Amino acid sequence: MNSFKIIWSILAKDLRVEWRNRETLASMCVFGLLIVFLFNFAFETAREETLRLLPAVLWVAIAFAGVLGFNRSFASERENACLEGMTLAPVDPSMIFVGKMLANLLFLGIAEVVMVFAATLWFNFSFLPALGQLLLIAFFGTLGYAALGTIFGAIAANTRMREVMLTVLQFPIAFWILMLSIDSTSSAMRGNPDGSWVGGVARVAGISVIFTVASFLLFEYVLEE
Amino acid sequence: MPPGDHVTKPVLEVRNVTKFFGDLAALKEVSLGIRCGESALLYGPNGAGKTTLLRMLASLARPSSGEVLFDGKNIEHDGANAKAAIGFVSHATFLYGELTVRENLKFFGRLFGLSGLEKRIDAALEMFDMRPREDDFARDLSRGLQQRASLARAFLHNPDFVILDEPFTGLDHQSVKKLEDLLLRLPQQGKALLFSTHDFEQGAALARRLIALKAGRVRYNGPLDIAPFKSLGIVRANGQSRDE
Repeated sequence: MNSFKIIWSILAKDLRVEWRNRETLASMCVFGLLIVFLFNFAFETAREETLRLLPAVLWVAIAFAGVLGFNRSFASERENACLEGMTLAPVDPSMIFVGKMLANLLFLGIAEVVMVFAATLWFNFSFLPALGQLLLIAFFGTLGYAALGTIFGAIAANTRMREVMLTVLQFPIAFWILMLSIDSTSSAMRGNPDGSWVGGVARVAGISVIFTVASFLLFEYVLEE
Repeated sequence: MPPGDHVTKPVLEVRNVTKFFGDLAALKEVSLGIRCGESALLYGPNGAGKTTLLRMLASLARPSSGEVLFDGKNIEHDGANAKAAIGFVSHATFLYGELTVRENLKFFGRLFGLSGLEKRIDAALEMFDMRPREDDFARDLSRGLQQRASLARAFLHNPDFVILDEPFTGLDHQSVKKLEDLLLRLPQQGKALLFSTHDFEQGAALARRLIALKAGRVRYNGPLDIAPFKSLGIVRANGQSRDE
């Protein structure tokens, strides 16, 4: 029970900080929208091309918007060494990880809703026929990506070229989540021509759970010098 | 110290601790401990290793070799009790600029799992005259006010071990006086005080024990009133020198 209170305290603190400065979510949404718009502008797509292109466009937009968010998430922790201050408390470091990850997951989730809504309009494509499946793929893909962003954001926060370092460190590993998410999203949008939809969701869920658990377990080592 | 005190009172100690930053040894084979009811001044020139030692005792830094123990247990493996017992103030304030002073204290109080939090916050704010500024954002406070808020954060959970790294930084005369009075009372309340300052006379007036560090080594660790000031390179305001 105490763990839930600690996680909630960290999440509530991040939400309050974001509500006050409105920097993270706004920059994530604007950047994501810009990517979706640019791709839409660059490629006058017919339906078949949209099916081929849109999953990649969306996940690339999510990936880059996420990097912005993860960097901002740890900017407030870096100021006045607040992340270090949290570790002064008798709190399991993994609780700090969960609190920060949930905040990142929430912000990225909201940005995704905005991006998908824009994509629906600009690409003239309806996600409704496979909405349930797409929601599951988006949830698990975002969960794994947010977990990686949280742990690598904490690592990069202590480096000199932190904005660059986060991208350099995170993308080679996040690549696997993004590839599987793009593949599964594409399959879902096409009505699962290869058969059951369960396999695609399961693959994304599997790799996301692996990365989330690994990040959860390793976070305490990241907090050490 | 009454007989038997060493058995019942917890001790925070470092044993044979060495700390490297790259090739530079900030601490070399340091061993010392502090017990409840003691007040110790950690003194030394810049680069002596004071901050590294204090951070290590507060469990913010890990030794390259050696151990940090609380009540005989290595805090690396069993640190929760130590963290609950330690109040630490460092050069960084650990305050979120986007939160008010009260919100900052509430956040840290929740992390410590404190009961009766609002009353504790009121008391901590009162202790450092921060009630009139409790609803100000931390980012809007001057350095001195931020330091007072940081002190309030450190005392919020009524710690048994108070570890302060340059606690007087940025404080005005009145706040310095108030903090000095508070620190003088800590040993009487059975609490341990370990602090560093570059003003030796100010520190000497508050502590009964001196730990002198130089180039990462302990040069002296004992009662302040019999310390060999001259060989430690300490010139007292009254010209006192025990070596002579």
